[in-house]
Amino acid sequence: MIPGSFDYHAPSSLDEAIKLLDDLGDDAKILAGGHSLIPMMKLRLVEPVHLVDINGLSDLNYIKEDGGFLCIGAMTRESTLETSELIASKYPILKDTSQVIADPLVRNLATVGGNLAHGDPANDHPATMVALDAEIVVHGPVGMLTGGKRTIFVDDFFVGPLTTALEENEILTEIKVPTPEGKFGAAYQKLERKVGDYAIAGVAAAIQFDGDTCSKAGIGLTNVGPTPVRASEAQDALVGTTVSQEDADKAGELAAAASQPVGDHRGSEEYKRAMVRILTSRAIMQAKERAEGGN
Amino acid sequence: MSKCKTSAEVGGMGHSIKRKEDPRFIRGQGNYIDDVVRPGMVFMDIVRSPYAHAKIKSINTEKALAHPGVAAVITGETLKEYNLHMMPTLMSDTQMVLPVEKVCYQAQEVAAVVATDRYSAADGVELVEVEYEPLPVVTDPFKATDKDAPIIRDDKEGQESNHIFHWEAGDKEGTEEIFNNADVTVKQDIYLPRIHVASIETCGCVSEFDSVTGQLTVWMTTQAPHAIRTVLALVAGHVGLQEDKIRVIAPDIGGGFGGKVPVYPGYVIAIAGSVVTGLPIKWIEDRRENLQADSFARDYHMSCEIAADKNGTLNGLRIKTLADHGYADAAANPSKFPAGMFSICTGSYDFKNAFVEVDGVYTNKPPGGIAYRCSFRVTEAVHAIERMVDMVADEIGMDAADIRMNNFIPKDAFPYKSPMGWEYDSGDYHGALKLAKDKIGYDELLKEQAKKREKGELMGIGISSFTEVVGAGPSKDFDILGIKMFDSSEIRIHPTGKVIARFGTKSQGQGHETTYAQIIAEELGIPVADISVEEGDTDTAPYGLGTYASRSTPTAGAAGAMACRKIKDKSQKIAAHLLEVSEEDLEWEVGKFSVKGVPDKSVTIQEIAFAAYTNHPQGLEAGLEATHYYDPPNMTYPFGSYIAVVDVDRDTGEVKVRRFMAVDDCGNIINPMIVDGQIHGGLAQGVAPALYEEISYDDEGNITGGSFMEYLVPTAMEVPHFETDKTVTPSPHHPLGAKGVGESPTVGAPPAIANAVVDALSHLGVRHLDIPLTPEKVWRAIHKQDAA
Amino acid sequence: MATQSITININGEGRTAEIEDRLLLVHFIRDNNGLTGTHIGCDTTHCGACTVLLDGTAVKSCTVFAVQANGREVTTIEGMEGDALHPLQEGFMEEHGLQCGFCTPGMIMSSKHLLDKNPEPTEEEIRWGISGNLCRCTGYQNIVKAVQYASNKLQESTREGGE
Repeated sequence: MIPGSFDYHAPSSLDEAIKLLDDLGDDAKILAGGHSLIPMMKLRLVEPVHLVDINGLSDLNYIKEDGGFLCIGAMTRESTLETSELIASKYPILKDTSQVIADPLVRNLATVGGNLAHGDPANDHPATMVALDAEIVVHGPVGMLTGGKRTIFVDDFFVGPLTTALEENEILTEIKVPTPEGKFGAAYQKLERKVGDYAIAGVAAAIQFDGDTCSKAGIGLTNVGPTPVRASEAQDALVGTTVSQEDADKAGELAAAASQPVGDHRGSEEYKRAMVRILTSRAIMQAKERAEGGN
Repeated sequence: MSKCKTSAEVGGMGHSIKRKEDPRFIRGQGNYIDDVVRPGMVFMDIVRSPYAHAKIKSINTEKALAHPGVAAVITGETLKEYNLHMMPTLMSDTQMVLPVEKVCYQAQEVAAVVATDRYSAADGVELVEVEYEPLPVVTDPFKATDKDAPIIRDDKEGQESNHIFHWEAGDKEGTEEIFNNADVTVKQDIYLPRIHVASIETCGCVSEFDSVTGQLTVWMTTQAPHAIRTVLALVAGHVGLQEDKIRVIAPDIGGGFGGKVPVYPGYVIAIAGSVVTGLPIKWIEDRRENLQADSFARDYHMSCEIAADKNGTLNGLRIKTLADHGYADAAANPSKFPAGMFSICTGSYDFKNAFVEVDGVYTNKPPGGIAYRCSFRVTEAVHAIERMVDMVADEIGMDAADIRMNNFIPKDAFPYKSPMGWEYDSGDYHGALKLAKDKIGYDELLKEQAKKREKGELMGIGISSFTEVVGAGPSKDFDILGIKMFDSSEIRIHPTGKVIARFGTKSQGQGHETTYAQIIAEELGIPVADISVEEGDTDTAPYGLGTYASRSTPTAGAAGAMACRKIKDKSQKIAAHLLEVSEEDLEWEVGKFSVKGVPDKSVTIQEIAFAAYTNHPQGLEAGLEATHYYDPPNMTYPFGSYIAVVDVDRDTGEVKVRRFMAVDDCGNIINPMIVDGQIHGGLAQGVAPALYEEISYDDEGNITGGSFMEYLVPTAMEVPHFETDKTVTPSPHHPLGAKGVGESPTVGAPPAIANAVVDALSHLGVRHLDIPLTPEKVWRAIHKQDAA
Repeated sequence: MATQSITININGEGRTAEIEDRLLLVHFIRDNNGLTGTHIGCDTTHCGACTVLLDGTAVKSCTVFAVQANGREVTTIEGMEGDALHPLQEGFMEEHGLQCGFCTPGMIMSSKHLLDKNPEPTEEEIRWGISGNLCRCTGYQNIVKAVQYASNKLQESTREGGE
């Protein structure tokens, strides 16, 4: 219940924050929403010597469209995403995702950037970002990165459980989601044992149509692997089809085969795999319905 | 429902008076254990074992003691010097306060750190170094009595196995004969897994010892402060504590439900520490400690059989139970009932005969067994009978409501003696089930279900028609550690007609400050607003056995009524004196005595109270007060019928409770609003074990369910909206005709939901499922049938 | 052991103390300032008994460090009553929305934020809005009614204020 001791730093600019991380090395952890980190500290599962609080970086809190992308500042709270009209109307999959993260109180502080940077495959945004082919913008020391920043494609961002491509002295600053064009729909379906729990399994599906035919599909899986899983074969199987129920079910089988669930108190491997199959099919059909103007 | 005898302003029985305790709670001005602050107070935190069974090779406290803020580290060796390292359980077994030789469950207390603040205490805990030598672990109760099973309680003289007790009730031979001649027998193993009540407030205490006066004061989250005081006097008498110098204060309690009845080692260590150091010590457990080490509930493996005839008449019942008690029998049942009231398992049905046997065994798990709103194992008994009755109905192709109606004990058969020896006081089981069926539209639901089945949709309807047995209990049968289970009330009326009333029970949210005042208002006509009710301080409250097992209204409530009647008798004498007539010439109407035939010649209870101090009749003592210790002549038997409607997602196994209709009968009702609140809360604590909650252990004794991450307490999204209604069948022996209600819903709800889910899948060939009905469990049942 | 001096405005009053960097906000409120209406019910950020408003937003104060609230405004249950009880406090009493009272302050603070954002929530929206607060006593049914009571009362006074 009581965390170990640490030194607290509250930088007021991005440069200050990066400098602190650079100086302190792996003794430091970033404090954003804190609702993944602080619970771990209270159980003494992690005991950082230094905490770098980036809540003072208020200019990282924004949602805007720019240059063909939806740009979400890393410090955007989940509750902001949940209630944004832009998100609800044009990117409803992000609302699907944010609203099933933990509970309303946690969502008031938890950040989108943190949900990705923590690198936990049980978190919900990673699979959605995979399905959407998101890009992750990271800032670091100028000496290390050209212009002090780099962009990482989502598939390269998640390396292993609780491990991302972020260096010790880098901060995730923005998430870029391609703005859909034409007939497009996306949805996230999560199966949880109760509100507030992590997923038994979760599936994000994003489908681009050319007329009545699927021209591109993105399918990401939550909590059934050491990282979010891209169900590539399932994606490929949808391309060129009209995404009938049969096509969706077939994709579900392939996604289930691609998943690597581990049996635990949330479910056995067999059950989780079966749920990937069901949720993939459901997410695909909901994505299709949205593409056709439905809900 | 009968019309109220008193006006709303007086607020006697039947009025939904707003609660008198609320003004402080809604302002955040409650006084809970962690709000208690004493001058010089220090904090205690506990080092706990990661192993389920291990020898303690060494405990190194050097680093901990060197940490700034840490004042002391207490170990089993420390306590052994005072012979305080072991203590009795409320079931007359023994358990460790702190171990000297070995630990017997994961999260067992191993040492305690005392520090100036809670943060330093937590740091100190991390710095205590314990060396363990793991021992073989016993977690499967079926293997606990194997010849080669390690003996867990090798500290107990004469303990040669892990068997604790064998207990029987009923007629073995007579029942066997029924089974031998039965048309139909149905057999099923039913397991109710270990669960934890998880009140939002965890347990804790503040212990303060004055070495000059020898006075020990302990603020403690306890549902039974007097029993605790006596136990402390008996256990620590040898170190100089005596009962007149022990004061136990139960402050506001954030939920008990049975979890705050046992004496946890943390309390005893804090008390010992406060005596030894002379400092007030506060100990507040955190949630993981609460889930992993405090008393659990259920963990009953029941092998059940019913013998019936082909028309569905239920004739015989047999249940053989293996009870997993953890490493000590600390279940706090009345002493002659090691399996509690389990033999109520013939339920609402007129069985010809029945036989039950229960064997308790030790395993490497925390001790406990009845700490979750269970009425001393009635949850287990009712779950068994209600599931089995459904199975018989299923076997012979009879409707679940019909088989119940055909077998209910009829209304005119009360008082009814069951084959197990319980004398049910009153009941109208047909009335309750009929009302439930009507209110939920049972016949329409059956039609809807049939239509849905044709489309492959899974919908289930489940019934539970339970009979409870509460109000422990009559002195001839019931005691805890030898202390009889009466309860008490002490009522005093002041000169200005205001009342102070104290009781031997202890509310943890049940609203006694309001309901007891309403009893007094009913009896004496004094407005509820003029009555103060106190509980929980052993220095002032009369001796009682506390609040659990729905016993307060049946025992202390009755005591209150009886004390009021003594006061009324004395008031009549004073009234006669004031009105200058003889007592026989007076008649009582709420709040006043008047002369028969001359209604204008009257005197109010307030005037009588004033006169008791200013103008009492010669030969009569002054003052207006009475104490009553009530020994109930019998238990009371609340009952009800619940009907649950569920929809099951075929692909995921998720269960949604679409509707839940609860008809309860708790006899005469004191406060309908509070009764409904008790029912909603109890139903939620019935839905929870039915669908979500479970604590389990692997072969090494590692717990799953030891934090809120895995132990799933339902939120407002999981708990459905409940529909409630009542029938009223008063208890013939209770002074107010009231029965108690708090645990009826936790008893009745889980089998209603289990029956509904099995009903949803029965056409697929599913016969039985154990709770919790997790999505995966339901999914497997569906798909096993599909595959077969 | 790193410490620093912080000032947090609690219920309109500046509270200053020298505290450890690791001190949780809930302990600053309860132990340093004696405002014990905010409660602790778990250790994994589930139960919500510790809910307070931080700059008007409902948060679990057991999962925020006191230093993070330096210079900011916290509202606890003790700050809800002005000249009269807040309609939520009234609603909990009128509708029997509490039994043991331990989850109640957290429920009220969560509900306050809910009604600020959504003044006329449906039953479903109320249940969703309080899904971060656990209760063991009430089964939530009367808590929903309490929030509806408050919503109605607040809407009434808004309408009256407009006339």
